[in-house]
Formats: sequence, structure tokens, C-alpha cells
Amino acid sequence: MTVLQKKSENPIAHLSAEDIEIIGKELDTIRQGVRDSLGEDDAAYIRRVIDVQRKLELGSRAALLVSMFPPAWVVGTIGLSVAKILENMEIGHNILHGQWDWMRDPKIHSTTWEWDMASPAEQWKHSHNELHHTYTNVIGKDNDLGYGIMRVDEDQRWHPLYLAQPLWNFINACFFEYGIAAYDLELGKNLATKKRRQDPAFRAATRQVLKKIRNQAGKDYVLHPLLSGPSFLPTLAANFTANVVRNLWSHSVIMCGHFPEGVETFEKKSIDGETRGEWYLRQMLGSANISGSKAMHIMTGNLSHQVEHHLFPDLPSNRYAEIAPKVKDIFDRYGLTYHSAPLYKQVASAWHKVIRLSLPNGWLAETTPKNAPAQVVKLVRMTTGGKKVRRELSRAAA
Amino acid sequence: MRDRVLKLAELITTPLLPSDYLDLVDPLRSGADLRGRIEAVLPETRDAATIVIRPGRSWKGHTPGQYVRIGIDVDGVRQWRAYSLTSHLGRTDGCIAVTVKAIPDGKVSNHLVHRTKPGTIVQLDQATGEFVLPAERPAKALFVTAGSGITPVMGMLRNHRELADVVLVHSAPTRDDVVFGDELRALAADGRIRLIERHTDVDGMLDAAAIAELVPDLAERATWACGPVGMLEALEAHWAAAGLGDRLYSERFRPTVLVTGEGGTVSFTRNGTTLEADGATPILDAAEEAGVLMPSGCRMGICYGCVLPLREGAVRDLRNGEVTTAAPGDGVLIQTCVSAAAGACDIDH
Repeated sequence: MTVLQKKSENPIAHLSAEDIEIIGKELDTIRQGVRDSLGEDDAAYIRRVIDVQRKLELGSRAALLVSMFPPAWVVGTIGLSVAKILENMEIGHNILHGQWDWMRDPKIHSTTWEWDMASPAEQWKHSHNELHHTYTNVIGKDNDLGYGIMRVDEDQRWHPLYLAQPLWNFINACFFEYGIAAYDLELGKNLATKKRRQDPAFRAATRQVLKKIRNQAGKDYVLHPLLSGPSFLPTLAANFTANVVRNLWSHSVIMCGHFPEGVETFEKKSIDGETRGEWYLRQMLGSANISGSKAMHIMTGNLSHQVEHHLFPDLPSNRYAEIAPKVKDIFDRYGLTYHSAPLYKQVASAWHKVIRLSLPNGWLAETTPKNAPAQVVKLVRMTTGGKKVRRELSRAAA
Repeated sequence: MRDRVLKLAELITTPLLPSDYLDLVDPLRSGADLRGRIEAVLPETRDAATIVIRPGRSWKGHTPGQYVRIGIDVDGVRQWRAYSLTSHLGRTDGCIAVTVKAIPDGKVSNHLVHRTKPGTIVQLDQATGEFVLPAERPAKALFVTAGSGITPVMGMLRNHRELADVVLVHSAPTRDDVVFGDELRALAADGRIRLIERHTDVDGMLDAAAIAELVPDLAERATWACGPVGMLEALEAHWAAAGLGDRLYSERFRPTVLVTGEGGTVSFTRNGTTLEADGATPILDAAEEAGVLMPSGCRMGICYGCVLPLREGAVRDLRNGEVTTAAPGDGVLIQTCVSAAAGACDIDH
């Protein structure tokens, strides 16, 4: 993959500026249709999900009080994992997007909600809603692409460090909530210089995150285990498991949103003076859906409708399924590819890309059982050699 | 000790609060945000109904004549309105009641009168309002009401049986439109009140001057009036002219929009939202339309539930055209429900 602007076959070359604006208008119409029809049923939906989630969490934590009995541990851990996933995905993520602000209920509002996550809602809203959703898939602007620690594009120069990228990605998946917190703090950038490290705003934000982590960890790893008395250790293990399950799940879903093969990325300068129609088009090309059952959609927080979510991040998630056919129709009529595949396919595709880009450009594609030994030798030489060797060898390959 | 237990409970439920879980079980418990459960909707006329509400255990009671702000979800959107309490204070079931008249295009009133089902949970505020009888009851009282203006007065009549000499002048379109018509006529038949009904369909609008003829001893009476703004203003002018201005207490139900401002850019400094508001739309409405979670109340400029500090800029009071300005750094408190932007405004919210 390479940024759309440098591709030999530009997938939007057939669209005129006028076409793009008409696409924008059509999407605006879909959006307005949903906004106008929001009502009691939608409000009842989110309240029901919240109600179910809270009862499931209470029930699961109650079961874990006696988690020294293995059946209680299994039931409690599964229940708590599901509750934590619901809380983060269908409830937290979507409320923090302002999807339910229209209800004017102060208890379910983007400005008052706090979630079961290392990153405080306030900081996450900035990096996610403002940065990621505005600059979706723009290299150098959208840090969600690889979270600043991965090689996500052929145009990024390869370095031997990237060989460890699949491992990084897996560790990041397991402890995703902390990765997100570090990312919302822009830790890499802010720790780089003394001036940035001492910036009062950064220090205040860091204190806020540490307090949140202390509360979260204190709840899951100290207080609830203590409440379980003799079941202290099993409860601790259950809570740890539930957090890791939730992290792996949300990481997988989120990777599926923008990372599968075929999803486009964009050059920084391509968004200068971008129109609303062009912004919509970028969201269309830069997202991928997951197909599946209703339960799967709910468990992904309807991020399985990533295309619809990116077009209309503030529309209530329960409505994405109903507008998906209309959105897909626009893709079809304008000759654009609507990426949608089952979860296992999208996860595999995203991981394939992580692995492919961890290696020098073209290495994975060129490697066959026959030439494998030679390829390995080449890889070792590129890894151990200096910049010059790498440049020569990659040029020879191209 | 209690604080420590609470603190511990908060650490156990973080990032939520213990109340978030307790609300699942008992939303009306003491210590919860004040809420109520609608127990019954009793029709009064074709477009009015009494809503019986069981208030949460934090309810502090009310004085007859006061109103309560109710927050109810209509089409999924939380709406707050103020309604006069009409219930008997000594109800054995502990419920309170408000009586609501559905007004044309009234989103909330129509919902309450025609569509609300028993069992619905509503948000409540404590009762408030100055439209009450003084501790020393007047020897002679006159009530002048029109339409749903009868509701606070009904609250008084039901609970202040000690009032010895009461005249009630009430105006409604027809006999059937008189809210509490049967009960009022029964009170009159018992001799507890003198009831003068005026039906505008046949008698025309209630005229301030005509009241003097209907109630010859008007000067000896303390008067409470509640109804449309036009009627109240006519009464106020008439009473003032007769030198009785301090004997008239009135309660407004709707704001009178007299003027429009110029409009401008409204910024909410903490929330970060910036919006363009025109000069005829209250800042409250414009902000809610833009998705800002605003404090709100009666929406007619009387309850001060919507007050926010204006840090800089100018707003115009839609009722009288008065412009309020704030220099940078000021925190002039403005009622957002009756104030429109009169230039750029920075509001602390």
C-alpha cells in the first residue's frame, strides 16, 4: 500500500469535483434523515444497553467473590469480560462521541461520562474525536495509524527495528488501554525534550492519567480481590484476564477499522483546503467494515460499521446498520470499493499487513519456499548492515 | 466515618458512582437525585389532566401555590417544565400532583396530558415559587384566574380551608373547559367561595374594569392573579391606577417576548462550543439545539434554574429589551432562557 496520491491507479481518478460534492450532499441527506427520526426507541435502546451492562458487571463481580470455585471463576470472568467490552465499545466510545447528547440527559452525555479505561475521557476525546476523526488516515497527522510506533506504509523507510513490529503490536493489544493512555498523552513527543517534559499542561495531564490508572488498578487489583477474601488471588486473576480480553478484543476491532489491506491512506498536503465532500470521500476510502451477526455488531460497539461511523461519528450507533445499505449504494453507484468482511478475515488481513510492513518492501511477496534461504540471507544482511547496504539491497529488489 | 465508607464505595465502583448502581434498584431512594414516578394520569377536561407523582424520599414538601420543575423525556429528549402543584398536602399515599393543560404545539404539556403512562420516572426539583398566601391569612381574598391559571389557586383552595371570605373570578373558553369545574362549583354551592365564571366564547375576554363591578368590595381584598400575560398586565395597570398596586400578587406562566436582539456568536468557554445565535432565540434554545447540555428550568424567566455567568459580551432580555453587558472577566449572571445574544458573548459553562 502507498498513499492514494502516489498510486499508479488512483481509485478516485474517475470522480469529478462535482461528483464528490454530490456524494457529500447525498451523505448529508442520510445523516439528516436519521437525526430527524431520533426518538424514544433510540433512548430506550441505550438505556437498556447500560442497564444490561451494569447488571452483568454486578452479577459477574458477585460470582467472583467466590471465585475459588472454578465454575464461579469461569462464569464471572466471562461475564466481566463481556461487561467490560460493552462498557468500552457500545457504551463508552459512543457516548463520548456525543452520539447520545441529543437526549439532554446529564447522566448519558459526552461531557459528563467517564469510562473503565486507563485514559481519562477528556484526553481521549481530544485525540480520538478531534484528531483521529478529523485527520483519518492522513500519514503524519493521524497517529491512530500505527500509534506512532509502527510502520504502516511502504513509503516509511524500513529499519531493522520494525522487525519487532508484530511483537509490539501484540503487546500493545494485550495492554491496549495503557497504550491508548500513553498515546493520548503523546508520550513519545512529550518526553523527547526537556522543555516538553516540563510543560505544565503535559504534567497536569500526566497526573490526571496516573490518578485514573491508580483508581482503575486499585479497583480491579486491590479492592475487589480484598472483598473476595479467600478468593483474593482468583479474583485478581479474573479481573486481569477480563481486562486483557477486553484489550485484545478492542484492539482487534479497531485494527479492523483502518488497517486491512485495501484501505487507503492519504498525503498530508492532500487535505489542504479539503471540502466537506472530499472529507466524506476520505472517510469512505479510509475505513473498513466487519460483517457479522447483530451480537457481533453490539460487541464491537457497532465499529463493525466503521465506514458509517466515520462518515457520521455523532449518529447513534444503533442506527448504523439501517443506513449501511444506503451508504453502500453510494459506493456502488460511484464505483468505489466498500470494504467489508467477516471478523477473522479482517483481523488476518490487518495482521498480514503488520507483518508485511515489518519486513523490507517486497520481501514477503518475493519469498517462496525455493528462494527462502537466499531471502533470509538478504534480510540478515539488511538487518546487520548499515543504511548504505539497506539502500542498495532494497534498490536491487525494486 | 461515613465519608470514609462513601469514599471506599466510590473506589469500588469507579469510574462510576455507587449511585449509578443503586439507581438500578431504587431510583426514588433518599439521597438519590430527586425523581418521581408517575402513578396516575387523571383527565380533568378534554385538554387538561392531573398527574399524580410519587416523589423520591428527598422531597421536602411544598406550600400551596408553589410550582415544581419536572424533567420528562419526550421523544427521547429530556425537557424541563414548571407546573403548579394542586394536591392536598395531607395525602396519605405521600404523592403530589400537578395539573397540566395541553397548549397548542406544547411538546411537553401534550405529552403529559395525552401520552404519559403510569410508571414513568421523571426528574424533579424541589418545589419553589413566591405565589403563596402569607402566614397571616387575609381576611378577604380575591383570586383572578384564566385557563390553567386556576392550578396554583386550586392548590391553595384545597389546602387553606381556613380562608373565610373568598371570591374567585375565573375565565375559560366554555363551561366544559373550566379545569376543576365540578369541584369549584361544589365549593361555591357549599358557600366556601363565591365563584364567578366567565366563559370567553360567550362573555368575551375578562376585562379588568369589569372585575370591579363584579367584586364591589375589591379594595378590601388581597388579590392573587394567575393567567396569560395580557390579563395580568391589564390587572396590574388597573390595580395601580386604583392605588391598590401593593394588594395584587401575580404569577406569570409564559414569558412575554417584546423585543429581539441583534444576535451574535455565543461561545461556551469551558465546553468549547461556539454557535451563531439570532436575536430572537433564547441562548438556552440555541445552545440546546447545538448539543450543549444546559441547565434549564421554567423557560419563562422566573425560576433562575438556567442562570450562567456572562464573562464578556452583551445579551438582550427578550421580555423588555434591556441589554446586559459584561466586560472581560466579569461574571454577570444571566437567565439564558429569556436572553438572546446582542453581539458576541462568552458564557462560562
